[in-house]
Amino acid sequence: MTIDDRPLTGLIRRHGPPPTLSEYEERGGYASIRAMLGDMTPEEVQREVTDSNLRGRGGAGFPTGKKWSFVPMGVDAPRPKYLVVNADEMEPGSFKDRLLLEGHPHQLIEGIIIAAYAIQAEYAYIFVRWAYRSSVTALERALREAREAGLLGHDLFGSGFNLTVHIHTSAGRYICGEETALLNALEGHAVIPRAKPPYPQVCGLWGKPTIVQNVETLCNLPHILTHGAEWYNDLGQGKDAGTKLYAVSGRVRRPGVWELPIGTTVREILENHAGGMQEGYAFRAMQPGGGSTGFLTEEHLDVAMDFESLSSVGSRLGTGTAIVLDDRTCPVGFVRNLEHFFAQESCGWCTPCRDGLPWVERLLGALDSGNGRPQDMDILERHVTFLGPGRTYCAHAPGAMEPLKSALQHFRSDFDRHIAERGCPWRSHATAR
Amino acid sequence: MRNDEHSRSILTEEEKDMIDEELSHYPTKQAGAVEALMIVQRRRGWISDELLLAVADHVGIAPAELDRSATFYNLIFRQPVGQHVVLVCDSVSCWLMGADRLRKRLQSCLGIGAGETSADGRVTVLPNVCLGACDRAPAVMIDETLHGPLTEHELDRLLDSHVLQGAR
Ligand SMILES: Cc1cc2nc3c(=O)[nH]c(=O)nc-3n(C[C@H](O)[C@H](O)[C@H](O)COP(=O)(O)O)c2cc1C
Ligand code: SF4
Repeated sequence: MTIDDRPLTGLIRRHGPPPTLSEYEERGGYASIRAMLGDMTPEEVQREVTDSNLRGRGGAGFPTGKKWSFVPMGVDAPRPKYLVVNADEMEPGSFKDRLLLEGHPHQLIEGIIIAAYAIQAEYAYIFVRWAYRSSVTALERALREAREAGLLGHDLFGSGFNLTVHIHTSAGRYICGEETALLNALEGHAVIPRAKPPYPQVCGLWGKPTIVQNVETLCNLPHILTHGAEWYNDLGQGKDAGTKLYAVSGRVRRPGVWELPIGTTVREILENHAGGMQEGYAFRAMQPGGGSTGFLTEEHLDVAMDFESLSSVGSRLGTGTAIVLDDRTCPVGFVRNLEHFFAQESCGWCTPCRDGLPWVERLLGALDSGNGRPQDMDILERHVTFLGPGRTYCAHAPGAMEPLKSALQHFRSDFDRHIAERGCPWRSHATAR
Repeated sequence: MRNDEHSRSILTEEEKDMIDEELSHYPTKQAGAVEALMIVQRRRGWISDELLLAVADHVGIAPAELDRSATFYNLIFRQPVGQHVVLVCDSVSCWLMGADRLRKRLQSCLGIGAGETSADGRVTVLPNVCLGACDRAPAVMIDETLHGPLTEHELDRLLDSHVLQGAR
């Protein structure tokens, strides 16, 4: 593989400092900015990104060019407009944005300049979770270098375009990553999602046009502008375009994160990159894209990890960071851990989520400790419906139901055993280990 | 109370300058308030009622509004914490890889469970959602540094060198 096959991570040193500005510029860094500000209109940048078929890497997969097309443009557009970088990465099992933030902050800054120019935003906020201290340090240093080199600030390269970038360090809570809750968090208001419409593109931060974009999404932009939409489309293996940062955690030989053509199969990621299962453990199932995605099992190993293929088997690409369930770990315990997370992180704004998730957590706790009743299975099933898409104010509760729903399908006999045997059949194994 | 001399004088000039610098990046005061709290917490360890009032006063927003943020974020501490804070990941990847064993070890070494502070005030252990280090599971964060993957033995050594410093 060459750097051109791994545009986002090719310059990242896994055990060294991120490329400095001069190192990056020697390898073509920021060249796209000079070219763009020299002779591309914002509309041309938008068109190139639309043609690239880039889809958001933050979990929902919304086409990036289309997202931008809703932003009011022209002299009459409300000002200022904002770009918000979502670096909150708190989905259980996700650790891909960390690599890009720590390993190559200049690439992100270049992506920020492109997105900001395309929608004519003059302010950008990078919203980073507190736990990513080393990301903040790397970003601060890169921002300083970029400002000193005149890559950020006033009238960039004589184009009349101004851009100010500021890092906002958050202080925890998963809901801050939801794009409209994030806007409330940035404004210092109660952190609950906002009603849509109006969409942030029209009425976002302080009521102004705003786009919220994931770190990985933005890191694709310099390469799209440099090499063109056609090149970018060719990078993908199936219907989707580009590369994707895939990751695997759990009992595999080499947990990690790799940049691969989007559409790489589950099997190739698990076996060739993660090195297969650890000695003494067998594959049972996995969540392909973080804690809020439905389980895949052995029969799905040859499915391509892209947006459509995964939804056709009842799951989601999500963040592309897989969590593997092995044969020596209890699936009920696994889901209990997830639902504890979702119940704890509910913002409490709408009733099904606020009251339903703790109920789900209690039922799973009862099953796990031997107090489950047969009728609990029906109550769990009912939650899958009542907390599903369209019934709550944001996607948090539906996300929480995806692993539960698929667990009830794939591991029904394991749930039943917890009831019949009055406890967790795995517990004795776990303590023996 | 919130306008009295005492609460205003609690913040140092340096803290006030840092807060003012932070506020200058936002069009409203509320927007910088969470970072103002973090600036103060980084120096003081936690946000007492007095500090909350002082920050609210300096920023220029209602204390109740600031306290809503302060109590919403899990990493803003409204109760005293130890000199060191250990965040133990309790999400699924670390759970799979043996986070419970680390938690038990912390309990037996320090005599405290998640959410507690040691009697000598040296250390607080808190559960935390996924630290974004799933390839290094099980992971913990001690103060501002991430560690992982950790065996119980490695955790012992870390505690000795970073937290207990010969106290055991
Ligand atoms: C509860 C919840 C948490 C989320 N957390 C994140 C996050 O940490 N990072 C992220 O990029 N997107 C997160 N999202 C998705 C965002 O709402 C949004 O779709 C995304 O930031 C858009 O960027 P993209 O189009 O570049 O993917 C979250 C969504 C929900 C419902
Ligand atoms: S679904 Fe949950 S997180 Fe989303 S608004 Fe409702 S209560 Fe809040």
